[in-house]
Amino acid sequence: MLDATPKKIVDRTALRVNPCKTCQPVGAMYCALGVHQCMPHSHGSQGCCSYHRTVLSRHFKEPAIATTSSFTEGACVFGGGSNLKKAVKNIFETYDPYIIAVHTTCLSETIGDDLKSYIDEIDIPAGKLVIHTNTPSYIGSHITGFGNMMCGFINYLSKKSNTVSDKIGIFPGFVNPGDMRELKRLATSMEAKYIMFPDTSDVMDAPNKGTYQMYPKGGTTVAEIKELGSVRKVLGLGTIVSKPAAEKLKVKCGVDFDLVPYPIGIRATDTYLMKLSHLYKTEIPAAIADERGRVLDGMIDAQQYFAGKKVAVYGDPDTVLGIAAFCLELGMIPYYMITGTPSDAFEKEGAALFEGYDVKPGVIKANADLFYMQQLIKNDPVELLIGNTHGKLIAKAEDIPIVRAGFPVMDRYFGAEQPIVGYRGAMRLAEMILNALLDRKDRDADDTDLELVL
Amino acid sequence: MDSGVLQERADSIIIKRSGDHGCRQMDCEKASVAGSVSQRACVYCGARVVLNPITDAYHIIHGPIGCASYTWDIRGSLTSDSDLFRQSYSTDLREKDIIFGGAEKLKRAIDEIAITKQAKLIFVYATCIVGVIGDDIEAVCREAEEKHGIRVIPVKAPGFSGTKSQGYKLACDAIMNLIGNSPYKDIKKQGVNILGDFNLAGEIWLIKKYLKKIGIPVVSTITGDSSYASLMKAPSAALNVVQCAGSSVYLAKQMEETFGIPYFRVSFFGVEDTSQSIMHVAEAIGSEATIQQARVFTESEREKSLLFLKRYLPHFEGKKAAIYVGGGFKAISLIRQFREMGIDTVVVGTQTGKKEDYEVIENLVKPNTVILDDTNPAELEMFMRKMHADILVGGVKERPLAYKLGIAFCDHNHERKHALGGYEGVVNFTREVNLSLNSPVWNCLAGR
Repeated sequence: MLDATPKKIVDRTALRVNPCKTCQPVGAMYCALGVHQCMPHSHGSQGCCSYHRTVLSRHFKEPAIATTSSFTEGACVFGGGSNLKKAVKNIFETYDPYIIAVHTTCLSETIGDDLKSYIDEIDIPAGKLVIHTNTPSYIGSHITGFGNMMCGFINYLSKKSNTVSDKIGIFPGFVNPGDMRELKRLATSMEAKYIMFPDTSDVMDAPNKGTYQMYPKGGTTVAEIKELGSVRKVLGLGTIVSKPAAEKLKVKCGVDFDLVPYPIGIRATDTYLMKLSHLYKTEIPAAIADERGRVLDGMIDAQQYFAGKKVAVYGDPDTVLGIAAFCLELGMIPYYMITGTPSDAFEKEGAALFEGYDVKPGVIKANADLFYMQQLIKNDPVELLIGNTHGKLIAKAEDIPIVRAGFPVMDRYFGAEQPIVGYRGAMRLAEMILNALLDRKDRDADDTDLELVL
Repeated sequence: MDSGVLQERADSIIIKRSGDHGCRQMDCEKASVAGSVSQRACVYCGARVVLNPITDAYHIIHGPIGCASYTWDIRGSLTSDSDLFRQSYSTDLREKDIIFGGAEKLKRAIDEIAITKQAKLIFVYATCIVGVIGDDIEAVCREAEEKHGIRVIPVKAPGFSGTKSQGYKLACDAIMNLIGNSPYKDIKKQGVNILGDFNLAGEIWLIKKYLKKIGIPVVSTITGDSSYASLMKAPSAALNVVQCAGSSVYLAKQMEETFGIPYFRVSFFGVEDTSQSIMHVAEAIGSEATIQQARVFTESEREKSLLFLKRYLPHFEGKKAAIYVGGGFKAISLIRQFREMGIDTVVVGTQTGKKEDYEVIENLVKPNTVILDDTNPAELEMFMRKMHADILVGGVKERPLAYKLGIAFCDHNHERKHALGGYEGVVNFTREVNLSLNSPVWNCLAGR
């Protein structure tokens, strides 16, 4: 497996091998699926749409609907305006969404399609909406695209108001529906009044009731996105992914924001809850405090097995930062922190995580790939991988256990429905990590050393 | 036409009437209607899936990262040797490259591969924007060939330049580019090439095993489990047999013209098709003894398979199937295979079927069967409900739809988990269909 990866690291300036990112539009599509009765629309060749739907279906094990402008040679020469016009008409007639969220592709960006003026010229049925965002695939990554789609919705819909509502906006970031559900549960327990945007719970983890709903009950409503313009504050989770949309809303509607890390692990969850506590002058409920106590209790019980374990964490920037922070709390060393998304903040924030800990990181690198990570591991090994399915190949090649978290996870089930955020998520993640380590310990133990009690 | 169907799609849907024999022509082989939730991919995808299984080739995707990410090791093609093809290589074009051109970066990317001295063969796929920004990838490839003394073959596959079938053609052209001047073309012709099988779950190994049993040598497999060296031998074969016709008949025709190798279509799905295909090969190039051997072999396998099937028939009684697959020939095989299992096909569609395929399909199926080209989830749902399908055979995007509707499912595409071809495939397919149809989990659904 992956026999072609040499140990010696040679600088590459052009070749990307085994990427740790994908392109903007899939992030935009996922974001748009988190809006109620929304049809994501891919303005480009039909392959883009098909690939994005495939990867979303493979990760969430759910239907992922989206439409395409289905570009031909003609569209490339004359522009994609007539394709979009036809598409919008067809979509409203056949699939009857409330809103269509258009995102561009590398192709429509390069030929210079002006989406704003196209949409202005389209005869949109009364009561229906079409919005757009620009997602050039050659800038940033799917994380950038997710943020850009949020900006697109805000741009078109959010309204500034003279009266500030009692609500806050919570931007959950590019996380699973299970995470969003847990974030909402915690916010509700703090008596917060909030709008979560986007919200893919009950869309990309819709319960099976023997019927197919093209637009399941979940998703942020258009009314809520409008109302975002008058909330008292936005709590942006994921300092990197949620930043552009938070800034956009601030500029457009003057809404203040706080950016905090994904609430993965103890301290980051504490931060999330304290922010809510501060905003709503509520105490942390005893039941939630008990959840914290329980996961902490388990972490203490098992601390000897976590202690000093070197880990490679890879994937999307905020997810890696969050998991790495939790690894440190567990006594492990997030030795390699790798993301494919270009981001200076990632490297800075990654290094800052180690303050106050008596351990040092190996390599923290953005705009990197998994080929490079495998080479790092060959030179200075780790004992565990935490990240998406693509790391499985490295896990096999280097014989290292792997815990699946992040996006995409295409080879395991029940993941997207469950959280890794909050105290419950921490307990789940800690259990997954510990099981991987202990299964490995048992597997490697000689018969004489195999212990029944650990 | 039923509501829920786009007006423009009306001609891409045929309802078989009794006594009807394909008098209406399916409207197919064209780009999807703008605004439909098409299940179909693009030109690049077509080229990529055909060439991807060449195991010791470097496949460099020249374009922004997405097209490389989405096709990284997606096919489930197995290899008996190199696994280079399971890595993802790309130029990951950035904004700067779009403005100033990406040819220079491609040049360096090829250099960075060549420096490892492992490369014999590189395919360079140009995706959507490469033509638009004006990179001359043919020139880059030509220069790289000279510089490094290896084959570097351009595949100009912008997604918008046609349908997925166009991508198949580009892949076939790339293969001809590779083998056109092979020294093996002047060698005495013997043995067969298997075209259009991609060794998903090791299926090409099964076919090779059957042919070996009856004494027919396999020269080259295109492209499942192939390598640079094995492909170069292909021109020395006496016969080409084509499994996935949609992707590879075009190549067979070119090989016939260039090397004088005759071809015919085969299908190794289902008992009858598998047996017929083996006999067909034996009769085409085998000796009398080979034909006799083939007769004995297929007869005994057929008997075993039918005996096996018989045990399952009661489980399938009254069940109805829906099929939505890539190519027309596979759909035809599946209709036949379901018939062997006592299951009627009530909805059948393909992404890239041709007019001739749809004619065959219409002649095969019973009246009222719905036949679809390049369909979408809304239509699939509507027709599967209306026709009371119990199981859907399709690919990844169809699976969650079927499950949401409480309909059983079998992946006959990239995500098949075991061989579905050959006699072994009959066993696997039958078991899988039975397990999915009769899983106890359905009993937990509300209202059952």
